[in-house]
Amino acid sequence: MTNSRLLSIIRKEFVQIARDPRTLVLALIIPVVQLFLLGYAANNDVRNIPLAIYDQDRGPTARALIDAYRAADYFKLAYDVDSEAELRTLIENGDARAGLIIPADYSLQIKSGSSAQVAFILDGSDPTAASTALAAAQFIGQAHATAIMSERLQQKGQTAALTLPVDVRTQVWYNPDLASAYFMVPGLTGMILQTLTSILTASAVVRERERGTIEQLIVTPIRPWELLLGKLLPYTILALVNTFEVLVIGSLWFNVPVRGDLFQIALVSGLFLVTGLGIGLLASTIANTQQEAILTVWMTLLPSIFLSGFFFPLEAMPRFLQVISYAIPLRYYLVAIRSLMLKGVGIESLQPQIIPLIIFGLLIMSAAALRFKKRLD
Amino acid sequence: MDMIEAKHLSRAFGKAHRPWAKQSPDALRAVDDVSLRVAAGEIYGLVGPDGAGKTTFIRLLCNAIRADAGEATIAGYSAARQPELARAQIGYLSQRFSLYEELTVLENLRFFAEVRGLPAQEWKPRCHEILAFVGLDEFGSRRAKLLSGGMKQKLGLAAALVHRPRVLLLDEPTTGVDPLTRQDFWQLIIRLVSDAEHGVAVLVSTPYMDEASRCGRIGLLHHGHLLTEGTPTQLRATLQGRVLELAGTPLRALRRIAEQDVGVEDVQMFGDRLHLRVKPGAGDDVISRLRAPAAPLQVTRLRSVPPQLEDVFIALTAEVAAMPTTEGK
Repeated sequence: MTNSRLLSIIRKEFVQIARDPRTLVLALIIPVVQLFLLGYAANNDVRNIPLAIYDQDRGPTARALIDAYRAADYFKLAYDVDSEAELRTLIENGDARAGLIIPADYSLQIKSGSSAQVAFILDGSDPTAASTALAAAQFIGQAHATAIMSERLQQKGQTAALTLPVDVRTQVWYNPDLASAYFMVPGLTGMILQTLTSILTASAVVRERERGTIEQLIVTPIRPWELLLGKLLPYTILALVNTFEVLVIGSLWFNVPVRGDLFQIALVSGLFLVTGLGIGLLASTIANTQQEAILTVWMTLLPSIFLSGFFFPLEAMPRFLQVISYAIPLRYYLVAIRSLMLKGVGIESLQPQIIPLIIFGLLIMSAAALRFKKRLD
Repeated sequence: MDMIEAKHLSRAFGKAHRPWAKQSPDALRAVDDVSLRVAAGEIYGLVGPDGAGKTTFIRLLCNAIRADAGEATIAGYSAARQPELARAQIGYLSQRFSLYEELTVLENLRFFAEVRGLPAQEWKPRCHEILAFVGLDEFGSRRAKLLSGGMKQKLGLAAALVHRPRVLLLDEPTTGVDPLTRQDFWQLIIRLVSDAEHGVAVLVSTPYMDEASRCGRIGLLHHGHLLTEGTPTQLRATLQGRVLELAGTPLRALRRIAEQDVGVEDVQMFGDRLHLRVKPGAGDDVISRLRAPAAPLQVTRLRSVPPQLEDVFIALTAEVAAMPTTEGK
């Protein structure tokens, strides 16, 4: 008897979802749009920075330096200018993001064996792009200088190739190309789980109040927990479908590896889902209209985005923000899902993330369940 | 047997509801110490203007909101302590259409049949039976959103009746419904209560006096108080001989004169004539005083008429207004 009541609510909820185009779009299309937007737009990979060159030397030696910059795809030679003023204007306009000034005596200095100075100018108004460009510019310059040095030594009769005293070989694990998508896609599953489930759950509950249908529901023998579960289960299923959707597109389109166990990924996602559902339910007990509910959910969303390490590395934050970030459930999920997907570790090594997730889920869900009443006042 | 029993039900909104807050006069006592009983097979009309507390009272009966004091019993079950059992006996039609617009007529009925525990093999025949009863059997697969106002009310009634409740609570069921549908609707309700076997107890709230006169018994609710109770005939009898009808020209000047007469308590405009309520026993005196006014005023008709429920209600509320206020006692 009890089961049939619960099933009736769940079936009704699914029929409503299927017949409400707004919910359907929100639930099935928005995550894909978000994935593509963030997969492409939130891209920290810096390529093809427009470079303006003021080459006062015009000799083959200077040409070699320019070629070295051209060879790396960090920069593209966009402008060849004839004065410093012209270069300044290009950077001020934003037409060029970097400038290289080679002095007139560059070849002479190199030939004479002394140190030639070139100037490399970067537009720092976008620090993320600039820091990548800065590192690239320095690295290309150093490499070129080392090549010239080696040449000089050979000319002096040293046949042995130049060996550097220390050779640092860097290896990047898990994401050798440092592709942003590797970082964004797992994070996005977390964002979608939290945003979508909380918004959908909150609207589903508030909609009953807004349209007055709650009055009829109240006057049925449905028990509060049946109504609660009947509301939560459909959106749990929907959210898990979404997570799967994002993972499939992420791995097929963005080539993000899914190295961990799928079952464990679902398990950790399900755990985090409890928090999302709880936030939605809690919002629904505060809000009277769907708009209010969505606004309430949004207020929890902003700190989650900025203080969870979704966009910005936690390590770069001031100490007090780092402390606050411990109160953001998404933080733990992000670490866990990135480890599961990219590193392929098992959940047994993710206890520091899983335990807080359990605690947060329990706290938020019980607070919501306590506030959730099957009454009008 | 009494299917609905309310004992001293009270409910306030605003500050008075919060026990820790000081009682303040602005707290609204929506329902104040209301007691009433409705038997099986009876239609009880809860009559009162907007804001009298009708909706709050009905919500208290089904425990949709909690009572500050008093108790409601539905078919022997306490509304507050046995809400699931009590609600299983209640069919409730709220003032606002409160079914699912995305669902079809039949899906709505099925949902409410199932959550109220109608067995799986029974809901289908029962749904068709009840749809035929309210005259919607052709519209089973139509989305509720696409129904007209009157059809929505009938669907609401069907959903309220689908589990064969013994108590039917109707909150202004015909507000905003056309006269023809309203007539249909009342016929349905009368058929429900007249069924000897499953005689249902109906409590219906309405602001309309003509609807109230269809009820077996009426309670007049005003500012949360139950002013009086009785059959329509009993209530009308309380003003027997005290209502005069006056017609003549110009009506406005006649009204002014009537209002100044010592024997007249109240004057109401009723279309092209006036209804005067006179003090007990003062009818004949008033008639003789007002029959022949000075020219050019002219009275074409002045006589005692049977009082209507509206007259009774106006008289009673005027009495309450004249009494010393009980606020802040």
